[in-house]
Order: sequence, then structure tokens, then C-alpha cells
Amino acid sequence: MRTMCFTQAIDDALAQAMADDPRILVFGEDTPLLRRDLLARFGPARVRGTPISEGAFLGAAVSAAMAGLRPVVEVYMVDFLGVCMDAVLNHAAKIKTFSGGTWTAPVVVRAPCGGGYGDGGQHEQSLWGWLAHIPGLTVLVPSTPADAGGLMLAALQHDGPVIFLEHKLLSETWLEFLGSGGRRTVQYDVPVEGAKGAVPQRWEPLPIGKAVLRRTGSDIAIVSVGVGVHRATEAARALESEGISAAVLDLRTVSPLDKTAVRDMVAQTGRLLVVDEDYEGFGLSGELSAVVLEAGLTCTYARVCTQTTIPYARRLEDQVLPNSSRICAAARQLVSS
Amino acid sequence: MSPELWSLYALMLKSRLFEEAIAKLWHDGLISGEMHLGTGEEAIIAGVVSQLQDGDAIALDHRGTAALLMRGVDPVLILRELLGYPDGLCGGMGGHMHLLSKAHLAASSGIVGATGPAAVGFALAAQYQRPGTIAVAFFGEGAVNQGMLMESMNLASVWQLPVLFVCKDDGWAITTQSDTVTAGNVIERARGLGIPAVDVDGGNVSDVWEAAHSAIERARSGRGPTFLHARCVHIEGHFLGFHLLRVVRDPLRELPTIVSPLTRSLLRPGGAAWRERLAGLKTVCAAVLSTLRDPRRDSAHDPVCRVRTTMQSDPPHLQELEERVEQEIGDVLSTALAQVPP
Repeated sequence: MRTMCFTQAIDDALAQAMADDPRILVFGEDTPLLRRDLLARFGPARVRGTPISEGAFLGAAVSAAMAGLRPVVEVYMVDFLGVCMDAVLNHAAKIKTFSGGTWTAPVVVRAPCGGGYGDGGQHEQSLWGWLAHIPGLTVLVPSTPADAGGLMLAALQHDGPVIFLEHKLLSETWLEFLGSGGRRTVQYDVPVEGAKGAVPQRWEPLPIGKAVLRRTGSDIAIVSVGVGVHRATEAARALESEGISAAVLDLRTVSPLDKTAVRDMVAQTGRLLVVDEDYEGFGLSGELSAVVLEAGLTCTYARVCTQTTIPYARRLEDQVLPNSSRICAAARQLVSS
Repeated sequence: MSPELWSLYALMLKSRLFEEAIAKLWHDGLISGEMHLGTGEEAIIAGVVSQLQDGDAIALDHRGTAALLMRGVDPVLILRELLGYPDGLCGGMGGHMHLLSKAHLAASSGIVGATGPAAVGFALAAQYQRPGTIAVAFFGEGAVNQGMLMESMNLASVWQLPVLFVCKDDGWAITTQSDTVTAGNVIERARGLGIPAVDVDGGNVSDVWEAAHSAIERARSGRGPTFLHARCVHIEGHFLGFHLLRVVRDPLRELPTIVSPLTRSLLRPGGAAWRERLAGLKTVCAAVLSTLRDPRRDSAHDPVCRVRTTMQSDPPHLQELEERVEQEIGDVLSTALAQVPP
């Protein structure tokens, strides 16, 4: 077993795949410097910098994938997909259906996401629910280095468009680049278990659409994804001392959802608490309640999500993003009701 | 008409001192996230903003502090916003990339290129409701390849809208040298869309003022948009803590964490042929070397120093002005930092 940081693991899995598959190209804004280790190993024909023009290079990545390449295209932040949403919404996601299943666009869109370091509401969104809403897209949100590498490999082998979201609070390089900028005077609440951890000697693809149980518990099932998993685990530890036994399920994949795992957890505990850093309305948390209702299960339900535009002020931001005290409060209420 | 250099210098100095104070607060950890300063752009901002009037609008990028200050937004409110205080300019909700002031028709956005369409909309409202007023879009040369910016220039041209498109060109799109990702000539692009384009030394406030003066007059009189291209240097790079500058300024601290993984990856079996690998390595080294040779390291390119040299013919006046501005910024700082919210 090796130990790696979160982004290091993604890049390592990506490098392994690039060595095996010459069809994989990496491009995006500032990619030559951000992925300099890949550039030095695979050369400028496969690791390319682009202008700041997401509409052009993301749109091009979709058709390059249709024509036989396996592009990994990077945007600076998932928020900036707003600039080039047409390529994702109307093209990447539609090709397979429009071609009667005969043509696909196996493009991986890699994007940093999430908040917790004070960059404001246009630069800290999660948006996985918004993306997962679109049929035809696979949306991956890993929460540990091992999952990040394994899911990147799975994304590269998947026969369709994949959005691969890399939480900035877990990423040693993004947090340094955008959050600290070399400062030792700032601290952010980085979940240790997500930022660094054991990874396999050689990467194997993880199954897409398969959740993993991070913690067992009998009173309540907390379902989450990304950094939320770590906040939920922190809350579950605190709840244990109060005599509440909380399970934590890490979805790892927002689309497709591991509905079986969710139903099993809810059937066992009778209580579902969703922790979702993405927006509350019309998103993952509501979708999970539908999964349970459609299965005819009876349970009590609550959610801890982001309800508003994320405030810039750090203290307000920490209140708006799901934190362990909000999760504990919601869990207590569910158990007592 | 000619520019009033003393008042332009005062604006530029005020902005510089204000942003240097912001930099210190950022380094002290009191300001979170990214911080893009306008240090090095002062001549461009002052040359344009000093000519704006009531009812004129400005669309600002992620680097908007200097323009807001020069437009007359209360610096105490700006500072308290950056500190995330509830009585800041935007209630602590926006932060430095998302500063808005309705009273000044000034709106910032951190989305590269978004100031183009924003200024066009402001200009449409101006043309329709308040003839004689105008809108300004500030953006970097890294934004010129965004479709929305080019589309907005086209729209401004066909609708003959009163817009001044100001391209602040420091040659770098974050860590990418813009000429490596920008085809053709930016000025010719604007002209290709039927917009008169002017190239000006963005480090010379008189030149900027004069070019902006004609463009603004043109727009006010209903003769449509102008594209103003002005070269500058960003003294602190793309943002504070900019990695390339840190590598150059403190190589002993920064280089080891870069060199060791880079070398391991370069030597790892599996991958490209040596020629390709060396070409990759060369790209990385070239970015560092161009930072070393970067003109931002030379005070001859500092617009505040440049205008100051022309003021030295009247030392007492200069001293009085500088003392006044320093006092003003000192007062702003002590007021802004006086009360920390509970």
C-alpha cells in the first residue's frame, strides 16, 4: 500500500491510464503548469494548454471523443461550466441517444468543486445535482484518495461522458493554489481522511454507481457525498457519545445513484438524513427521498444542504455549508420525532 | 483637453496604497480565498474612470478594487467587505471577486469575459433611457478568446451602443502566456467587428486618458463603441501568492516540492519518447524563465512611479499631495479596522 494526497492520486491514476492508452489526451486552462508532471512524461502533444474559452475546448473535447480520442478536459472550477453548458447539456449527453446507441462521446470533464475556503458564491458551488439532472451524464464525486484514483480510472474506461468532480477542500494543490497561496496564516477545515490516505499499488477501476458504507449504525442512515461524507462521519462520532448510532453511506457516484444501497440502509434504520453540500432545492437530497418513496419504504427524513448562494464571509460560509453541528441537530430531531 | 495629472496621480497613489494595505491583510490571513490586485493597472483604470460621470456604468472583472475606489465607492466599505464583515459593501456576501455597487452602476464578476455582455446591457439601458451616458467593460487579454466577449463586441457594434471595451493586456492568462493561445491580433479582431480600436501604452496615464477621452466622447455622442487596448504589468502576477512569482522570489522554499515529483515523472517508464518528454519539460521551464525576465520586476514599468517622475518638477506640491493621500488611506484603514464585529 502507498499513501497519497487526493489530487496526487487522481493524477497518478491518470498517468497509469495514459501510459496504457495513447488515445487519452489532457487539455484545459493552464494545464501545462497545473499538470506539469504529466507534461514531462507524456509530452506536449498529449498535455495541452488552452485559451480561456471553455465553449471552444469543451465542445471540441466532445467531438474529439466521438472521433476516437479519450480526452480529459479540465475547467478551472465547476462553476465555469456555466460558460460552456451547451457542450455538456445539448451535445455530450445527447449523442448516444441521437445516434440510436451507435455513437458515444467518452469524454471526462474534470472540475474542482466545493467551498470552505472563502472564495465566494461564484467560485465554490457543488452543482453535481444540476449536472446529474441531465440524462446521459455520469457524475462522480470521490471523497478519498483511493476512490478518487479508482473512479478516475473508471471514468477513463467508461463509454460515455463523465463529469469528475474534485473537491477543492480535499485537493492539496487546489487548496494551496486558491485558498492559501503560500500563506501560513490561514486555516481551513480540511477532512484529514479525505485529503490523504492509502491507495493501491496499481490502480484498478472502481465500479461506477456503487456506494460504500463508511460507518455502520442502527438508528439513522446518513447519506452523503464528497466532503459531506467526512462532515457526516464527524457528526456520527459525536452522536455516538449521545447514544445515537448513525451509519454513513458515501454515494461516490451521484449519477447513476446506488439506489439499492440507499434503500437497504433506510430499511435497516427507518431514518434517512441526507447531507449534501449542493443546493437543497430540486437536487440530490430530494432525489433520495423519491428513491425511498418509490420503493414503498416508510421512514422519517431530514436533510442538511446548502440553501442559499454561498456567502463570502468565512463565518457565514461555515454556517451555510453542511457542518457537523447542523448534522447532529438534524439527527437528534429525527431520532426524537 | 489635456489630463489633470495631479489628480490622476492622486487617484493612482490612493489606489496603490489601498491595495498594498489589502495585500498585507491578505498575507496576515484576515482575507480569505483568492486576491487579485490591480497594482500595475492604475494608469489604465485612472485614465478611464476619472472621466466617468453620473449615470455611467462599469462592468468589472475579478480585479475591480482599484476601479471601484477611483469611481468613488467608500474605501471603508470595500475593506470591510474584503474582511467579510456584515457592514461591508455587499454585506460580506460578495467578496473581492463579486463586488457590486448599485449606486455607482458598478458590477464585478469572476467569470472571465463576462464583463463584455454586462457592459453591452448597461449600454443598451444608457442608449434607451439616458442618452449621453456610457458603459465601460474592463477585462484582461486572457478574456479575448471567450465567445461571450466577442459576441458582445459584435452586438455593441451593430447596435452602435455607447461602450468602451478596455483590454488590460499584461501578457499572461493566469500561468499561460497569452500569445501562445491567442491567434492573430486582438486589435484587428475588434476592427473586424467594425469597432474602432486604439493601442495605447497602459503604463502612461496621459496616453490612456487621451485615448479614453476621444472614445468616451464618441460613445456619449451616439457614435458607438471603441476598443481600447492597453499594455500593463501585474506587479503581483495573476493573484497574491502567485506560484510562478513565488518560485522566482523564493526558489529555495518553492522549488523542491516541484522539482522532485517532476523529475520522478520525467524518468518514469511508460509514456512518450525522450524528445517529447524534453519538450514537455522545456514548456515548464520556459514559464519560470519568462517570469524571471518579466517586466513586472522593473520599476520602469510601474505606472505609479512613471507618473510620479513627471510630478517632480514641483516638489512641495508633490510632498503635500503624497502626505495627504497617505493620511487619507491611513484614516481609511484605522476606520475600517476599528470595529471587529462580534
